[in-house]
Amino acid sequence: MSSHFLGVDWQLVADNHELLLGGLRYSLTLTASSMAFGIVLGCVLALMRLADNALLRNIAASYVNLFRSIPLVLVIFWFYFLLPFFGFKLGPDKSVFITFAIFEAAYYCEIIRAGIQSISRGQVGAAQALGLTYAQSMRYVILPQALRNMLPLLLLQTLVLFQDTSLVTIIGIKDFMGSNVVVASNNGALKEMYTFAALGYFCVCFPLSMALKKLHKRIAVIR
Amino acid sequence: MIEINKVSKWYGEFQVLTDCSTSVAKGEVVVVCGPSGSGKSTLIKCVNGLEPFQSGTISVEGTSVGDPKTNLPKLRARVGMVFQNFELFPHLSITENLCLAQEKVLGRNHDEAMEKGLKLLDRVGLKAHAGKFPGQLSGGQQQRVAIARALAMDPIAMLFDEPTSALDPEMVNEVLDVMVQLAKEGMTMMCVTHEMGFARKVANRVIFMDRGSIVEDAHKDEFFGQPRSERAQAFLSKILHH
Repeated sequence: MSSHFLGVDWQLVADNHELLLGGLRYSLTLTASSMAFGIVLGCVLALMRLADNALLRNIAASYVNLFRSIPLVLVIFWFYFLLPFFGFKLGPDKSVFITFAIFEAAYYCEIIRAGIQSISRGQVGAAQALGLTYAQSMRYVILPQALRNMLPLLLLQTLVLFQDTSLVTIIGIKDFMGSNVVVASNNGALKEMYTFAALGYFCVCFPLSMALKKLHKRIAVIR
Repeated sequence: MIEINKVSKWYGEFQVLTDCSTSVAKGEVVVVCGPSGSGKSTLIKCVNGLEPFQSGTISVEGTSVGDPKTNLPKLRARVGMVFQNFELFPHLSITENLCLAQEKVLGRNHDEAMEKGLKLLDRVGLKAHAGKFPGQLSGGQQQRVAIARALAMDPIAMLFDEPTSALDPEMVNEVLDVMVQLAKEGMTMMCVTHEMGFARKVANRVIFMDRGSIVEDAHKDEFFGQPRSERAQAFLSKILHH
């Protein structure tokens, strides 16, 4: 009986399941850690963009504009190949984590900024009238609401991030894409393994994006 | 307790407040009224520094509001404020709304804050709603919670910025009742409102504002009996004869 189905050689997949699962785990871990760090940095940047202080505003705006204007691949290369010249030897894993975290922060920043601006000015006034400091108002009153309202968009950006992490393959990391590439070239099974890779990404992303649509509707109702 | 002295404020070229001076003594209830756009809300928001002003001085129990060295959060924690649109925090339950500032600003522990919050919630007649969220309450109920939230800070004075203007007519009284009660207990209050019935019942003085200036500042009997300025007369005849 042939082990082929949907154009994938499932026997080959089974034989290499440890490598492939390890790759998937790597991709998911990289996504989760860059998201966590990216959202925290994104919050800081968003608050800077909305600050009264022009210097802070300009620094944050320049950061966002810079990273939104250069391709991700270039940033990956930059951190991986060029930083060692300046004395920072980070290794591939750390360097891609930093790359994704600071790159995605620029995108998270804009989503969070829109979220903060969607909260009425009166909420800030009410928080401050109770004696909360600016930082406390943001932390307990404004940011929780902004992040909740923007949750679907933040997660959607994370789905994009998950797909983008496949780019780390080009510097030889065995993430999900990279492990597929290895199996494909070792076994001369390009067509089968690239199809499997596509199926893998699809099976993670499609159900999640459907779930996000539902979440978006629910949040719209709560508001 | 609240001294407002020649306060002026501009938005760019546009002057919203012109040389406003008045005061509110301890235990006094002062109602501020006037046509919309006359600067009454702006003036009351200057009192706790929510709106900056460019000239003049405001002091609350001797603390200067406009002084850049003043610790504004500390001052605001002692002055309660109630807003037109309630401004409860929608992501927090009623009890969390009541406890947040007590814990984060006054440093009360949770049990203490909870006890205080529930006592005040009972006082505004909403104890049964403690576990709900603001979105589950009517406007009148939300505003009563907002009053309880402000009172939980043990304020030395309360500022009301059109507390009943965003309410359906049948809910106005439940909020006014709470305010009347508060006034009778001797709370120092400054209220921007169009509720002349409330002013008649509990106000000591009525301030009438028009185009950013205080036009009339008189004892309530004098104000309702024979307002000196024509503008106040015209305003009163418009809102009272319906």
